[in-house]
Amino acid sequence: MDLSVRRVRKEFNGFPALDEVSLDIRSGELIALLGPSGSGKTTLLRLIAGLESPTSGAIFFGEEDASHKSVQERHVGFVFQHYALFRHMTVAENVGFGLKVRPRALRPAKVEIRRRALELLDLVQLSGLEKRYPHQLSGGQRQRVALARALAIEPRVLLLDEPFGALDAQVRRELRRWLREIHEATGHTTVFVTHDQEEALELADRVVVMSQGRIEQIGTADEIYDEPNSPFVHGFIGDSSALPIRVENGQLWIQDRMLGLSLPGAADGEAVLYFRPHDVDLVDGCGGCIAGTVAASRRVAGTRRVELEIGGERARLEIEVPLDHRASEKSRIAFKPRRWKVFYRDGGIAAPKSPNPKGHESRILALTGT
Amino acid sequence: MALDASLAHRPAVVAAEPAATTETPVVRMVLIAAALAFLAFFLLLPLIVVFAEALRNGFEAYRSALTEPDTVSAIRLTLLVAAIAVPLNLVFGVAAAWAIAKFEFKGKAFLITLIDLPFSVSPVISGLVYVLLFGAGSVLGPWLKSHGIEILFAVPGIVLATIFVTFPFVARELIPLMQDQGTGDEEAALSLGASGWQTFRLVTLPNIRWGLLYGVLLCNARAMGEFGAVSVVSGHVRGLTNTMPLQVEILYNEYNFAASFAVASLLALLALLTLGLKSILEFRYGDHIAAAKKH
Repeated sequence: MDLSVRRVRKEFNGFPALDEVSLDIRSGELIALLGPSGSGKTTLLRLIAGLESPTSGAIFFGEEDASHKSVQERHVGFVFQHYALFRHMTVAENVGFGLKVRPRALRPAKVEIRRRALELLDLVQLSGLEKRYPHQLSGGQRQRVALARALAIEPRVLLLDEPFGALDAQVRRELRRWLREIHEATGHTTVFVTHDQEEALELADRVVVMSQGRIEQIGTADEIYDEPNSPFVHGFIGDSSALPIRVENGQLWIQDRMLGLSLPGAADGEAVLYFRPHDVDLVDGCGGCIAGTVAASRRVAGTRRVELEIGGERARLEIEVPLDHRASEKSRIAFKPRRWKVFYRDGGIAAPKSPNPKGHESRILALTGT
Repeated sequence: MALDASLAHRPAVVAAEPAATTETPVVRMVLIAAALAFLAFFLLLPLIVVFAEALRNGFEAYRSALTEPDTVSAIRLTLLVAAIAVPLNLVFGVAAAWAIAKFEFKGKAFLITLIDLPFSVSPVISGLVYVLLFGAGSVLGPWLKSHGIEILFAVPGIVLATIFVTFPFVARELIPLMQDQGTGDEEAALSLGASGWQTFRLVTLPNIRWGLLYGVLLCNARAMGEFGAVSVVSGHVRGLTNTMPLQVEILYNEYNFAASFAVASLLALLALLTLGLKSILEFRYGDHIAAAKKH
């Protein structure tokens, strides 16, 4: 089932939770809605499900306008963050609920409902637990029951709200792999909400990065990580370091020093340089590089992170150095980022704005260092 | 190494741990005794007195007091009033709690305040409201009279006053419970294709059943025991509009103490029965109740 969200806006008490959001999802895709809390990702999911109705805009299920359909009519499988299992029903009764409440004409026989429930419990690897009650299950098991229950109604779309949010890291990783398998086995169009970038990047075919009620970027894990299109995405996905700079005559400057990074043909202006802390080359001596004084250093797993003070403006940034690097305090380190991006400052927000996409491209430049 | 050291120290720490309170045993005993004496004096003693007075002239007298026609009619009326008022308040309470806990609408705070009104108004005033509304001198009075409808000093008035007074019990019990449970289960049921009614019947109702039972028990106890409001609207017509509490008062005022206490003992029994049922529910289904409240 193709899904299409068209210019959807949702306000709560006059405050826009979603602002003109458009999104196309292809049949069979596994999509992650990723963003910090308050970015509108759960609202978007609930709008797709029909648990909320849009203030304006439309939501299409295939060719059909579902905007004003009720949640029952949309026929979606929704997995809630806290599972919302019916606590007075056994696991099997929970899974069979969606079939049991069908109108008489469409309702399978009791035996059939039970058979289907057991089959789904087998799919989610919970065979033998059908007589238990939800409070007798672990968090991970409850999550699986919730998924089996949603799958039981043969949904057109599967929607999951922070599916692994309440689980510990170990179970999370396991369930993540398992959800991918289920997705491939059943072929449902699946949308899940998460604030965990690792989860989104690892699991999803495409990631939708959201912030403040808008979609910042849509792309594969590689595209989102390697080609972030805004300072927000660069900062939100993965580690990143930022340094306020100036673009002048196709060169990047910090105060009166050239950084040795050039953007031929780029317009002059105040901007911010972004790069990944691990994606740097340390250099000896500094003729055209970034140099700073070590302000702090800390050990992170297999590497060492140092915090550098750059220039008199006391701009601080982080880079990664080898473990054996003698990064004592107050010593100077010079480096060059291998891959980097520059976003122009635009009234405080370093988001370059340009009316035509081509111009846009030329203003956001990512170069591989030389 | 530091871990080992701390582990080795642990038993010593536990042994040296002081009691949670520092009062001497004497102080503790005195406080406990005071509390028990208070309980005995204000709760246990009156209860014993009621039954002792009722049985003062022997069991035969007790039985004949309870089978006296006016008393029988009072018992019947009380049961009838409760049988009408409790189901109505049950339906109303569930509907109000459902609306307040599961939906957002304007005027919600006002509605909650309104539901609490019977708790904050003296029952006598509640009764008086109906006298002013349906009495001979009221706007509705002449119209009702010309159509031969009797409300005041008749069963309908007593039922209305009782409903008013017992109005908040079920709703008050359910609102916090349902608010606590949130709307997740209902949304899940709807997303699985259940209709509104199916969702209520199969998901919401089972989630609130113990709270609902509590509310109904309390509501029933109050409906049968209400004195003030009913006293104002009843008119005290013997054998016709006297409920049990009113009958108790009448007999008492006639110095017929044994009969008065006999009827009173029935009400006391009702109270004990209510408490007993409540305790049994808590004991047998404590886990369910706790789980339902926690979830």
